[in-house]
Amino acid sequence: MLRGIDATFRAGEIVSLIGSSGCGKTTLLRTIAGLVPTASGELSIDPPARGRGGELAFVFQQPTLLPWRTSVENVALSIQLTGLQLTGLGVGKREALARAADELSAMELPREAFGRFPRELSGGMRMRVSLARALVTRPSVLLLDEPFAALDDMSRGALGDLLLRRWDARPFTAVLVTHNIAEAVLLSHRIFVMGRGQIGAGIIDELPRPRDESVRVSSRFGELYGRVSAELRRVAAEGVADVAMMPAGGPR
Amino acid sequence: MNEKVTWVTLVPTVVLAAVGLIAWQAAIWIGDLPPILLPSPWAVLRSGWELRTTLFRGACVTGAAALAGFAASLVVGTLLAALMSQSRMLRLALFPYVILLQTVPIVAIAPLLVIWSGYEFRTVVLVTLIISLFPIINNVTEGLLAISPDRLDLFRLYGASRWETLWRLRVPAAVSHLMLGARTSSGLAVIGAIVAEFFVGNGGSSYNGLGTLMTGWQSLGKTAALMAALCVSTLLGIMMFCGVQWVSNTLLKRWMAND
Repeated sequence: MLRGIDATFRAGEIVSLIGSSGCGKTTLLRTIAGLVPTASGELSIDPPARGRGGELAFVFQQPTLLPWRTSVENVALSIQLTGLQLTGLGVGKREALARAADELSAMELPREAFGRFPRELSGGMRMRVSLARALVTRPSVLLLDEPFAALDDMSRGALGDLLLRRWDARPFTAVLVTHNIAEAVLLSHRIFVMGRGQIGAGIIDELPRPRDESVRVSSRFGELYGRVSAELRRVAAEGVADVAMMPAGGPR
Repeated sequence: MNEKVTWVTLVPTVVLAAVGLIAWQAAIWIGDLPPILLPSPWAVLRSGWELRTTLFRGACVTGAAALAGFAASLVVGTLLAALMSQSRMLRLALFPYVILLQTVPIVAIAPLLVIWSGYEFRTVVLVTLIISLFPIINNVTEGLLAISPDRLDLFRLYGASRWETLWRLRVPAAVSHLMLGARTSSGLAVIGAIVAEFFVGNGGSSYNGLGTLMTGWQSLGKTAALMAALCVSTLLGIMMFCGVQWVSNTLLKRWMAND
């Protein structure tokens, strides 16, 4: 349970929470989702959304797919669970599957993988399905708990780009927990550095959008990367948390 | 044991059976044992062939009782497990009685059930149900409760009702556990049916399962026929087990691996 955390997440912005393991990032995310109660402090998210009805969606670190459901059936699950609350009548299975298939197409999952079970998919494909399951209800708030942590660099980059394209098409408020500075800098509008149960002032990410390859190799990207890295070191030096040092080589 | 069975993997089993048969015959020759004590494998085979119609009918009756009891244990066990998964208080209240099912010797209950329920087919089914129930309840309850916290959170986040969580998450997740329990129960079902038939046959009813045939042949000193019935009951148990295994491996493939 977090104490004394005050944070405001504005409508339509992507915010990254970055910090070392055990500093409370995931707990903060789960508190926003309403899965964990907050002891004190004020968390404000715009728009105020709840999971019931699918206005708020959560992407877990593991894909958390149901192994007895195919990709498309896993995505349809969100519609089936939230449909009744939205319409009072529920959503027919055929309609749910059709909407799930559209969402999987938008997530660029190959069509032949729609009918496959999670065990038959690669790690990157499973995470695409997991993201599709979260986005299919068109949430106004998306919470992401290190969704790309277990992926290789190629898949991580591709899914980050895809997430940005989905945001460009229909902006939503997103809170992303990550360990990866480059990922935070590339995706976010603001970056919060967290120490043990504490949250710092947000660092504003002023990089131009769309965040394509030219942005990634720009000097401004490198400067921002350095600022976030320095903030993490400062938090570590204050003894607030043991911050893991950045990987050698700096930003991509 | 999940090794794939092929003709090559069957060779050691067949060789071991051949060695056993030779040792059996050798024991008769060396010990000069009378047929009433230990008939030869050939005598058992001949007796089985001569009594094939009786044995087949007996196997059908016992098989039907075992199947009915086993099916009832699947339904009753799953329903009880679903109930127990919903409340810790219910689990605490019911589990000692579930353990009682496992610990009370079935041969002690069977005569009582015969008194209460009669020398009938239904009594055999009842005994079979009781003996098969524990593995189902135990495994299914475990499966219903062993859900990863993230999956439960996902359902909680979307405001899923207790029923939706049970039906869409807990029950499908417990299917592989159900199959595990069913494999154990299928073997126990045949044992339960035959034990019950030992008692049901004593009432002079027209019931003629393998168990009743065995008690009859035992009292007449027909050891070869008794052993032939034993072989048929073993085959029945193997068939039940293989049937459940087949269902596990083919129809429920989608439940067999986790992501």
